Amino acid sequence: MRVAGKGVIDRSKAVSFSFDGRRYSGFAGDTVASALLANGVSLMGRSFKYHRPRGVLSAGSEEPNALITTGTGAGQEPNVRATVQEIYEGLVTRSQNAWPSLDFDVMAVNDLAAPFLGAGFYYKTFMWPKRFWEAVYEPVIRKAAGLGALSGQNNPDTYERAYAFCDLLVIGAGPAGLMAALTAARAGADVILADEDSLMGGRLNAESGAVGHQSGAVWAAGIVAQLSAMDNVRLMSRTTVTGAYDGGMYGALERVNQHTGIRGAGAPLEAFWRISARHSILAAGALERPIAFRNNDRPGIMTAGAVRAYLNRWGVAPGKRVAVFGNNDDAHRTARDLAAAGVHVVALIDSRPDAVIEGATFPVFKGAQVCNSGGRKALESITIRTDSGEEALQVDCLAMSGGWNPTVHLTCHMNGRPSWREDIQAFVPTPGSIPDMTVAGACNGVFSTRACLSDGVEAARTALGALGRKAPAEMALPEAEDTPYALSPLWAVAGAGRAWLDFQNDVSVKDIKQAAAENFSSVEHMKRYTTQGMATDQGKNSNVAALAILADATGRGIPQTGTTTFRPPYAPVAIAAMGAGAQGHGFAPERHTTSHKRSVAMGAPMIEAGLWYRPSYFPKAGETTWQQSCDREVGYVRKAVGICDVSTLGKIDIQGPDAARLLDFVYTNMFSTLPVGRVRYGVMLREDGTVMDDGTTARLGAEHFVMTTTTAAAGNVMRHLEFVCQALHPEWEVSCTSVTEQWAQFAVAGPMARALLNGMLDKPIDNESWPFMACGDVQLGGVAGRLFRISFSGEHAYEIAVPSRYGAAAFDALLGRAEQMGGGAYGMEALNVLRIEKGFITHAEIEGRATAFDIGMARMISAKKDCIGKTMAARPGLVDALRPQLVGLKPVEPGGRLTAGAHLFEREAPAIRENSKGHVSSVCYSPELGMMIGLGFFAAGPARHAEVIRLVDHLRKVETEVEICHPVFLDPQGERARG
Amino acid sequence: MREGLTGNKGWGPHWRNPEPKAEYDAIIIGGGGHGLSTAYYLAKNHGMTNIAVLEKGYLGGGNVGRNTTIVRANYGQQGNSEFYSHSLKLWEGLEEDLNYNAMHSARGLINLFHSDGQRDAFARRGNMMINQGDDAELLDREGVRHLLPYLDFDNIRFPVYGGLLHRRGGTARHDAVAWGYARGADQRGVDLIQQCEVTGIDIENGQVRGVQTTRGAIRAKKVGIVVAGRSGQVAAMAGMRLPIESHVLQAFVTEGLKPVIDHVVSFGMGHFYISQSDKGGLVFGGDLDFYASYASRGNMPMMEHVMEAGMTLMPMIGKAKVLRSWGGIMDMTPDGSPIIDKTDTQGLFIDCGWCYGGFKAVPGSGFSFAHLMATGEHHAPAARYRLDRFRTGRGLMDEEATGSQHNLH
Amino acid sequence: MRIECPMCGSRDRREFYYQGAAVMLARPDPQAHEADWEAYLHLRENPAGPTRELWQHDGGCGAWLVVTRDTVSHQISDTQLAADVKRAMGKAS
Ligand SMILES: Cc1cc2nc3c(=O)[nH]c(=O)nc-3n(C[C@H](O)[C@H](O)[C@H](O)COP(=O)(O)OP(=O)(O)OC[C@H]3O[C@@H](n4cnc5c(N)ncnc54)[C@H](O)[C@@H]3O)c2cc1C
Ligand SMILES: [Zn+2]
Repeated sequence: MRVAGKGVIDRSKAVSFSFDGRRYSGFAGDTVASALLANGVSLMGRSFKYHRPRGVLSAGSEEPNALITTGTGAGQEPNVRATVQEIYEGLVTRSQNAWPSLDFDVMAVNDLAAPFLGAGFYYKTFMWPKRFWEAVYEPVIRKAAGLGALSGQNNPDTYERAYAFCDLLVIGAGPAGLMAALTAARAGADVILADEDSLMGGRLNAESGAVGHQSGAVWAAGIVAQLSAMDNVRLMSRTTVTGAYDGGMYGALERVNQHTGIRGAGAPLEAFWRISARHSILAAGALERPIAFRNNDRPGIMTAGAVRAYLNRWGVAPGKRVAVFGNNDDAHRTARDLAAAGVHVVALIDSRPDAVIEGATFPVFKGAQVCNSGGRKALESITIRTDSGEEALQVDCLAMSGGWNPTVHLTCHMNGRPSWREDIQAFVPTPGSIPDMTVAGACNGVFSTRACLSDGVEAARTALGALGRKAPAEMALPEAEDTPYALSPLWAVAGAGRAWLDFQNDVSVKDIKQAAAENFSSVEHMKRYTTQGMATDQGKNSNVAALAILADATGRGIPQTGTTTFRPPYAPVAIAAMGAGAQGHGFAPERHTTSHKRSVAMGAPMIEAGLWYRPSYFPKAGETTWQQSCDREVGYVRKAVGICDVSTLGKIDIQGPDAARLLDFVYTNMFSTLPVGRVRYGVMLREDGTVMDDGTTARLGAEHFVMTTTTAAAGNVMRHLEFVCQALHPEWEVSCTSVTEQWAQFAVAGPMARALLNGMLDKPIDNESWPFMACGDVQLGGVAGRLFRISFSGEHAYEIAVPSRYGAAAFDALLGRAEQMGGGAYGMEALNVLRIEKGFITHAEIEGRATAFDIGMARMISAKKDCIGKTMAARPGLVDALRPQLVGLKPVEPGGRLTAGAHLFEREAPAIRENSKGHVSSVCYSPELGMMIGLGFFAAGPARHAEVIRLVDHLRKVETEVEICHPVFLDPQGERARG
Repeated sequence: MREGLTGNKGWGPHWRNPEPKAEYDAIIIGGGGHGLSTAYYLAKNHGMTNIAVLEKGYLGGGNVGRNTTIVRANYGQQGNSEFYSHSLKLWEGLEEDLNYNAMHSARGLINLFHSDGQRDAFARRGNMMINQGDDAELLDREGVRHLLPYLDFDNIRFPVYGGLLHRRGGTARHDAVAWGYARGADQRGVDLIQQCEVTGIDIENGQVRGVQTTRGAIRAKKVGIVVAGRSGQVAAMAGMRLPIESHVLQAFVTEGLKPVIDHVVSFGMGHFYISQSDKGGLVFGGDLDFYASYASRGNMPMMEHVMEAGMTLMPMIGKAKVLRSWGGIMDMTPDGSPIIDKTDTQGLFIDCGWCYGGFKAVPGSGFSFAHLMATGEHHAPAARYRLDRFRTGRGLMDEEATGSQHNLH
Repeated sequence: MRIECPMCGSRDRREFYYQGAAVMLARPDPQAHEADWEAYLHLRENPAGPTRELWQHDGGCGAWLVVTRDTVSHQISDTQLAADVKRAMGKAS
C-alpha cells in the first residue's frame, strides 16, 4: 500500500507493467518489488529445493527470493532481482521455478519429502539400485533444477565493453562515498563514482533522518548535483563494481538500458567496464542479516532495513499490521518510521532484555523472540516467546534485523580474508586486502551517518596522499544522526522446526548442525555439503549466521571456525556483457587478402585459415561437387598455369650485418652460404627439437633476407626471431620486421608460368636469368615487385610479390592472362592435392610432435653449426629408429579409400592401441595417378617401402590395405620445377 | 531411505579426526582427490592401513573441489590413452565401490572442430580411443546440430564442421568424489589428518625417514607427494627440482537455470568448454591465465576471453549470469601429461603434473600410485608417466602438440 | 594486471605474451651436459613469491622483457629490456 507523502518516486508518472500476466501500475522510480508491494502482492517466488512460497527479503541486489523473468521471446531474461529491476512502461515480468503457477506449485511436495532431502542428500541417497542414479534419479533432479529459463535462442540484444581510467574510483555513493568523492574531486583528482543503484545516496534514500537541514535524500541529491557539475568527476549510477583485480583493475557492470524499453542496435542493454584506478575507496555500505527462526521465510517477512527502504524511498508500507523483531537498536527505527507514517506497528520485539527503547508509541517486548510464523502463501501471524510463554500476534509483515554485515566482498577478491569484530559481531575488511584500496563508512564497520560522512572525508585524504595530491584544507560536515550501534548476537532462535538461513537454497539451521555432526566442520566443508551460501546471493544474507551456528555446533569461536570469503563477481553478470562484441563474427579479427573480393565474386567458398580467409575452390558452371572443381584446378597447374593467392604466408624482412648469422641459428640448415639472388628451403625447430615451421628464405642482398613462414605459424615465428635477437643475442646487428601485410603474393604455377609472366613483366626472364630458386626485383607494369622461382606444386612455378595496394589489380591481371592460356585460379583444395602429390609437408605433418628425423630431414640439421633445437633433437627418444616416420601411402586396390586420421597397423595385427604403428596425416584424390594417395607416419617406415600394411579408421568404418612408398609421388627427380 | 525416516540423525561423522601417530608405514602428503584415492587403494588393494594422509587445509579443499568436473577417456597419445581408459572404468564402478553417490553422469562429451585439419586431428584421436577399447563417434555438422541445436550454425566466426562424440564422457560431483574416497579410506583405518602442513621431508642416506609438519615430526617408511599445484615446493623439501610451472586456471558458474545444455561441449577454436550442473548452473571454463601463479584467483582478460568464446559459439547463453568465478593452481608439465614415479630418494614417490585434467584421473591415479608405492613396480596403465622422459625424449605425451613451454598445454 | 614496458609505459596485460622463467636467457652451450639442457628447458624453480620471467610486448613495441613479479600477489616490482639484461649477463661472465 502506498503511504501518502512518503518516498522519492515520481507520483506524477504512472507506469504500467505486468507480473504473471496481470497488469499493475506503479510510479517512475519504482522497482518491480516496490510496485508489487504497493499493489499488495507479496508472493513473488518459490525456493529452489522445496518450492516454498517466498516474498521479498531485501530491497537490493542481494535479494534471494524475489527472482523473476523479464521480457519475452529470444530476449527473455531469467533470474532478475525484482528488488533491482526498475519498472518501465510495458515491462513484462513473471515468476519462475513454479509449475503450473506461482500460486499453486506442484513441486511444493518436495517440502513434504524434506526429511529425505536434507544436507548432503544427493550423496547418501539416489544410489540404489545400481545405475538408477543416471537412469532415473538424475534426470528427475535435473528437470527440477534451476530457477529461471533461458530462451534457448540467440541473444538478440546489444552489449558493450569499455575501458575507463581514473585517479580514484569510489565504489558506493552513500554518505561515505559521496563525501569521499567530493573531497577528492575538490582536490582535482579524476574521480569515478560508481553506484549499483539507480539513485545515488545509498541508505540516505531509505532513512528518514535529516542531514543538515535537509532530508538525507535531498542532501545526497545536492552533492550529486555538485559532483556532476565538475569536469573531473564521472558519475556512474546503475553500475555495480563486480570485481577487484590485479594492478588496480576493476570490473564494473553498467545497466545502461535495463530500466528502459529501448532495445536494438546502438542501444546497449548493458556495458561491462574495465576501470583502471590508481586508488580506490570502497564505500559499499552494509547488508542487513535476517534472524533464523521457525518458518522465518513466509512472504511478508523481510529485513527491517528493507521495510524502511520501501517506506521512506518508495512510499510503500509492506503490510497493514507490522511487527519488528531485532537484536539491535537500528531495528527500532523501522518501528518508529512506520508508526510515524501511520502504519500500525503491532509490536517491537527486541531480544535484549536490557534494550533501551525511546519514544515507543507501540507495544514493546524486551528479552523476547519471534519463534514461529503462520500463514500459507502470506504471513498471517507470528508467535513470540517471552518470559511468560508464547503468544501469537496477527501480523501481515515482519521486519527483522540480526544486525549488519559490512559489504566486505570486493576486499576478498584478491584472496584477502576479512577480520572478525566482536563489538559489531561482524567481519570487516582487513586493511591491505586490495592494494591501493581504502575502505570507508559502513563497509568499514562505521555505522552512524555522521561517522560515515567523516570517514568518507578521511578515506579521501588517505587516497589523495597516496596519489600525491593535496587534500582540501577544510571539508564542512553537515549534522546528521550519530547514535552508536549496539547489538547482542542472535543468530537463530531455539526451537523445533526448520529455521531458514539460506533462503533460496533452503538451508536450515538443522542442516548446518547435521553437517557438523557428520564432521563437515570446516566452513568450506559445511558450505559444500549443505549448499549454504551457494545460491544467487552467494551467502550475502546468510553466511555469517551459518558460520556462527557452525561455530556453536562445534564448540569453537567464530574467528576460530573460519571466515567468510567471496569471489567475483559481487553481483551476477550476464555472459553477454563480459563477452560483448564476440557474438557472431566479432570473436576474432578477420583478415582478408587483396584477392578476397574477386574470389568471393567468383563464387569461391572462403574458409578460415587462422584469422585469414582463403578460397577453397573456384566453382565453374556445370560442376556439382568440389572434387570436380579441384580436379580441374589441379589440371591447370599440371598442364597449363594456375594462380593462387599465397599472401597469407608470413613474410619477415630480415636485415643487418648479422642477418645470415641469425638465419643459421634459427634454421637447421645453412643460410650464410646462400648466394644473393637465391632462395633456400629451411626447417626451423623449437628448442625442444620438434619442428616449429618450414618455409623458404630469399637473399635479396648481402645483408637482406625475406623469410616466408606458414600461414599458421607466422606470429610464432616472428616472436621466436625477436626472442633470439633480443634475449639470446642482443649483440647481433639484425632487425626483423613483419611485412606480411605489405606484400600481396601470388603463386604462378604450371608449365606455362614463365610464358604468362613474360607477357606481364617489364623485362622478360628465361631459365638462365631466372633459374629454379632464383629471386630478385622485377617491374610489373611499372610497379616494383619481387619474383621468386619457387614451387609448392612441383611444377615450373614462381611467386610474384607486389605492394599490397597493387594486389587486387595484379591478381586480376594474372588471372586474366592465365584464363587466356587455358589456366585459371586454384584454391586450397587443389593446392593440397598438388603438394601431397609432391610429398611436401604442411602442419598436418609437422603438427607439433614431429621431429626433423620423423619427416626425413635429419640430414638437414647441419653438423657445422649450432642451431635452436639441435641439442634436444638429439635426445635418444627423438631419434629412435622405431619412431613413426614420414611415408607415402597408396591403396593396394586402386579404388581403395584412404582417410586422414586413420591409424596404421601391420597387415595381420588387430587394430588395437598396442599395435598402432602410425597414422595417416593427409590424403587426397590424385587426378594424375587416378587414385587416392596419402602421407602418413609409420614406425621405421622409410625402411619399408613397397611393403603392404593396413589402414584402419574405426570412425569412418574404413579398412584399406595400403602400400608404403616414397612420399614423393610425382616427378621424383624434380625436373618439372627446374625446366 | 531409513535415514530420511529417522530424521537423518543416524549419519555419524564421515571420517574421524585422529591425532597423528609417531610413525606410519606410509604417508601421503596432500588430501586432494589423488591423495585420498591413493590412500583408499593402498588400504583396499594392498592391505596397507597403517597410513596417513596429511592435508594442510581441509580434505578436498584444493583443486579437486574447484574443477569443472569433466570425466572422459578421449586422449590421443599412447600412455594417456590407456591410463584414462582405466580411470574411466574405475569411475563407472565407483559409486558401488565406495557406497557413495559421486553423481557420475555419462552425459556425453562433444569436442567441436572447425576445419578439415582439425577434423582429421580429432579423427586420429577418436581412432586411438577406439583402438584402446573406448567409445568415439565422428559427427558431421548435421550430427552436431541434431545434438546441440542451440549452437550458432549460421553466423559464427569459426563455423562448426562437426564434432567428436564420446558418449561415456561426462561429469561427476567433485566434492563427493573426495568425500567418498576419504570416507572409504577412513573406514579402512587410514588416518586423515587435516590442518597438517608438511614443512620438511626427512631423508637419511638417500632413504626417506619421515616428514616435518606443523603438527610435529612424523616418521614413515614411505612417503608419497600428491600435492598438485604445490608439487614444486614440496619436492624442493626433498631437494628435487621438477619440470613443473604452476599456473592458474579459472572456472565459472552461472545462476541456476532450467536445463538447456545436456552434454559437455568443447569449442575447438578458443579454449571453451561447458556443461550444466544438476542444480542448473552452467559450469564453464577456458584457458590458463597464462602466467605463473600461486594465487587461486583469476584475471579479467581470460575471464572475458572465455565469455567471448561462449558468445560466439552459443549465443543463447548470453543472458545467463555468472555467479561465481574462481581459480585453481595447476601443475603444468612440459608435455602437458602427468608424472607417477619413484624419485632418486628411496621410499619417496611422486604423483604430479596433472595440469588442468587431473579430476578425471582421480581414481586411476590413486590406483596406479598405490600400486607403485606398495609394490615398487609401475602399474601398467601408468607405466609411461616417467619423470625422465623429458631428459631422454622417450615417451613424451604432448597431446596439445605445443612443445616444452609449460603454459601452452 | 598492468605491466610497465620500458619503451611504452604502463600497459594492460592483454598486450603482452608470457613465456616463462627468465632462465631461458641463459642458453647452455650445445656441448653442455644433458642435465644443463634439462634444467634450461624443463626444470623450474617455480617459486611461490618473487620470480623473474620473460614477457614480450607483442601487442606493442615487440620488446622482450624481464619482469620481476610475485607469483602470489602478482605485484610487479621491476621490468627491464631482456636485451639489456642479457648484455649485462655477458659482461658478468
Ligand atoms: C578451474 C579448474 C577446472 C578443472 N577442470 C577439470 C576437469 O574438468 N576435468 C579434469 O579432469 N580436471 C580438471 N581440473 C584439474 C583437476 O582439478 C586437478 O588436476 C586435480 O584435482 C589435481 O589433483 P588433486 O585433486 O589431488 O589436487 P588438490 O585437490 O589440489 O590436492 C592437493 C592437496 O595437497 C595439499 N597440500 C599442498 N601442499 C601441502 C603440504 N605442504 N602439506 C600438506 N598438504 C599439502 C593441498 O592443500 C591440497 O588439498 C581442473 C582444475 C581447475 C582448477
Ligand atoms: Zn612496449
